[in-house]
Amino acid sequence: MTPVEWLSAVLMILAGVFFLGGTVGILRFPDTHSRLHALTKADNLGLGILVFALILQAASVAIALKLLLAWVLALVASAASSFLIAGSAAAAEVQAGASAGEADA
Amino acid sequence: MLELALDSVLGIGVVWLAWKALTGEDPYRSAVLYIAFGLVMALAWVRLEAPDIALAEAAIGAGLTGALLLDAASQLSRRNDGPTDRGQRRDRARESRPDGMPQGGAVRSRKATDALVPAGALLLGGVVAVGIAGVAGEPGGLTGLADHSLERSGVTHGVTAVLLNFRAFDTLLEVGVLLAAVLAMLVVRRTSDLEGVLPPSAAAPVVKLAAGVLVPLMILMAGYLLWLGTHAPGGAFQAGAVLASAAVLLFLAGHRSIGGLGATTLAVILVCGLAGFLTAGIVTLAAGLRLLELPPAWAGPTILLIEGTLAISIGGTLAALFLGARARAPGDVQAEIGPANSAPE
Repeated sequence: MTPVEWLSAVLMILAGVFFLGGTVGILRFPDTHSRLHALTKADNLGLGILVFALILQAASVAIALKLLLAWVLALVASAASSFLIAGSAAAAEVQAGASAGEADA
Repeated sequence: MLELALDSVLGIGVVWLAWKALTGEDPYRSAVLYIAFGLVMALAWVRLEAPDIALAEAAIGAGLTGALLLDAASQLSRRNDGPTDRGQRRDRARESRPDGMPQGGAVRSRKATDALVPAGALLLGGVVAVGIAGVAGEPGGLTGLADHSLERSGVTHGVTAVLLNFRAFDTLLEVGVLLAAVLAMLVVRRTSDLEGVLPPSAAAPVVKLAAGVLVPLMILMAGYLLWLGTHAPGGAFQAGAVLASAAVLLFLAGHRSIGGLGATTLAVILVCGLAGFLTAGIVTLAAGLRLLELPPAWAGPTILLIEGTLAISIGGTLAALFLGARARAPGDVQAEIGPANSAPE
């Protein structure tokens, strides 16, 4: 294997480590916000490293650009959906706090 | 060896996810598990060397149907409990009542006939396995004939040639089924347009920005997938699914164009696919050929035209199925429906 292929393989394993870490975080963290934090590490950073590893092996510049575009679009989508999930969780917490306060009063 | 490991993980994963999705108590959990099931299924299709089906499964099965299920789960919970915290509902469901049954949700008592479902599934699986074992090893039935006729079909991708030329009649009937499904939805909702569909709460600015970036790219992607179908995995169904997703994203961003879709526009969008297909059939009949027998010189442009109208129709159908659940039927008192997405200001 050429050095470029070695580098590509190492980067893919590193991306796998990030995805594994993100998944463990989602399963083990206590609440929604910290789970989102773990998810974005896997989604953005892991995917970015994986895309970079694949670009090193890409057959043409067009394919490399398409891979890069896939990563950028995943960033945009995950940013928007993380924001929505966090907002909905925060609103639910506020409601739970309010109804618990009413139950006490 | 590695492939066997990957295939077994995919196979076991598909069955396990389906089981978990079907037997869950919480509708949200089941919907999310269904989405995961769709994605693993798409990977399985890729391993079976069927990338067109994998694309369609990921876009329609996991994406749009998953969104439909999540939407239905959220509307069910709002009607049953009111806007309570989902965590509270889960905790209440876990506490047992004095007779040992879990609270909340729909719980049936166990009956003797409950064993019939797994037994029937196992029986069906056994029959399918025996059938597959008998077929394996025989030369492919019509594959040779299809490959031989590929040059005369007008496209260079085998799947598109079969779907839109050799077996165009089957695809025509499929499109008719899709139209019947969306008509059924419109009848049940007692509405004929998508006016009044927008959520009453304003969408968060982040969603608007994301929609502004993603929707033009999605429309471009739909056109690309449509053109790609002539020589690579792609085609009308995949392009239509991407168009429908763009419409759903516009809805989530509260864009005016979704709420203003009148009855005539909606009717035209939903029907144009079937109409285009039928027109092609009528023209071939009028020219003295058999139904949908495309002459080789005209086949390429005709297929592209049919696929174009099909993509618009499929996109409109899938989007209408998602959005129609929110449309105001006459005499409906609209509860506070809408994603709880506004950040605390």
